[in-house]
Amino acid sequence: MDLSPVLDGFGVVLEPTNLLYCLIGVVVGMLIGVLPGLGPAATIAILLPVTIGIEPVSSIIMLAGIFYGAQYGGTITSVLLRLPGEASSVVTVFDGHALARQGRAGTALGIAAIGSFIGGTVSIVALSLLAPLVAGFALDFGPPEYTALAMLGILLVSTVSSGHRLKALAAACIGLLLATVGRDGFTGAERFTFDNLSLADGLDFVPIAMGLFGLGEILYNLEERHRATQTPVTVANVWPSKADLRQSSGAIGRGSVLGFVLGILPGGGATLSSLAAYAWEKRRAKDPERFGKGAVEGVAAPETANNAAATSSFIPLLTLGIPANATMAVIFGALLIQGVSPGPQLVTQEPELFWGVVNSMYIGNILLLIMSIPLVGLFVKILRVRATVLAPITVLITLVGVYTVNNDVFDIVLVIVFGAVGYLMKKLGFDPGPLVLAFVLGSLLEDSLRRSLLIFDGDPTGFFTRPISGVLLATFVLVIVVPPVRAAIRRRRTHKELV
Amino acid sequence: MTAHGGSGDEPSTEPARETSLADALHEVEAEVQEYRPPAAGPTGNAVVAVVVLLLGIAALIGSWSLGVGSARVPDSGTWPLLVAVVLVGLGVALLVTVKKTSDAERFSRTSWLVAAGLATMVVFVLVIEHIGFEIPAALLAFVWLRFLGRESWRVSVVVSIGVVVVFYAVFVGALSVPIPHLF
Repeated sequence: MDLSPVLDGFGVVLEPTNLLYCLIGVVVGMLIGVLPGLGPAATIAILLPVTIGIEPVSSIIMLAGIFYGAQYGGTITSVLLRLPGEASSVVTVFDGHALARQGRAGTALGIAAIGSFIGGTVSIVALSLLAPLVAGFALDFGPPEYTALAMLGILLVSTVSSGHRLKALAAACIGLLLATVGRDGFTGAERFTFDNLSLADGLDFVPIAMGLFGLGEILYNLEERHRATQTPVTVANVWPSKADLRQSSGAIGRGSVLGFVLGILPGGGATLSSLAAYAWEKRRAKDPERFGKGAVEGVAAPETANNAAATSSFIPLLTLGIPANATMAVIFGALLIQGVSPGPQLVTQEPELFWGVVNSMYIGNILLLIMSIPLVGLFVKILRVRATVLAPITVLITLVGVYTVNNDVFDIVLVIVFGAVGYLMKKLGFDPGPLVLAFVLGSLLEDSLRRSLLIFDGDPTGFFTRPISGVLLATFVLVIVVPPVRAAIRRRRTHKELV
Repeated sequence: MTAHGGSGDEPSTEPARETSLADALHEVEAEVQEYRPPAAGPTGNAVVAVVVLLLGIAALIGSWSLGVGSARVPDSGTWPLLVAVVLVGLGVALLVTVKKTSDAERFSRTSWLVAAGLATMVVFVLVIEHIGFEIPAALLAFVWLRFLGRESWRVSVVVSIGVVVVFYAVFVGALSVPIPHLF
């Protein structure tokens, strides 16, 4: 492996502007992680207009920092308030808050920070080794492979993510349909534009993401479904003892590996890996009854895994151009806005962007470790900021921000419409993530499908005779068929037992 | 992707062993969302399923008129038609499983807060081209603070004026964004 682009990447990161954007990213990430309400996907969506004026490398460094920074911040509220700042920190509540009630909040936060740092760093090293290989493998992918890959990616994100599977798939279909709005690139015909000139060039990604994730989430939170925030306890002595470190070292090691692997899979990501890591530790513990009552491993494992997963979920995006979760879909959109199309060519054609972003994560993790151990008291104070004050400010940033992209009032209309849709979707149990992901991949999918059919001369069995697209599509079919079959078998078994 | 967004069944490989963890998770989520409105009933779920179905049918008709094409010569309508067929299927499946669905929330009195919040945004976009962003922005912030957020009068007035001043300084002053402004 040629190391010079990797080293050049460090050169890119160490430029003062990029260091600054990395710092801004991780601080914003920490903040939104601490504040319940907006998640990383929403925050990144709201900041999309800001990134337009920034260099591509700097803007992606910043957005990435927000994503993994939120994993650190989410821990703080889980431990101190039993209020998970992010979905990926929900399991941390069990043992983290138990530790806090025993007066060991500092230990929990310290272990979480160290675990996050190690998980993140292990994952970056593995990413640096694996990503160029995946990209090299994918260089030969033609339209049929991309068709299969995009279909499988959308399916996995819709089915693996939490929530109702049918509803998630319906959301994905609507995303695919929204992507067809505008002029058809092959025939020039206008599709679903209703003779509206503003729709002729298709729907823009920015108002959709800002509306569904940003405004939708703010409106959803207006219904006061949260407990009022209590004043948190003061945190003393964040350094964990040697005994605590020894006890959690295994959990951190296993969490790093598990998080890395699950993060790569579409739909896996930080939340699933934190759950899996917790379950794994509990299962292999000699005395599982300690879990939930303040086991240090119960904090170390999920916090390590969610950070490792946050990092490794960049692999499918940066090497295949397929986002693995909702946040990656928004970062994908940010790259497209910058004129960069992520895919296997990225590593070789834009090495300074690829390695700049990857290597910035080392720096970001060091910054986060500093912020979460010596400066944790500062972030605890931020918990006093009220959501009721932040909400209108965020709404105005969204409305004015979306206007600045094209200086077009129609974009404000769109963002409000999608904000209302996003609220209704969340309210009615539809995850907006698959919609945004499918929208982002929609034109790629249709394009490759039509090109494939040209290659195959209209014979769809051609997809199955090519090895890679065949395997991908076989997996696609298995993912659809296996769960209902298994459920049916289980039903029959319980039925037999009853009889 | 906040904590409350991630409710629902977690995909577990061994349901029997995982139930305790899944249960505990639900407990935490329920606790975090103490004030969460009750789940929608079968009628509500049926309406949702019908809306999905209608969307699918509308897309089906729209794609049909664009030209169906064939596998050999795909037309503009081919791809949306395929997606619309899947969407119709999903709508039917949702309609069949209405009784097993429990993840939609009922609209309650607090939903009016959302309608009010949306109304402030609609006003904002309707008047911005005529009187600039300052007055509607201040009004929006004030309504959200005082009436939706139940902040004190003083906080509401100070924050809503402060926000507009900062926005003016940043967008009009520093960035010279051509956003319609009054002053």
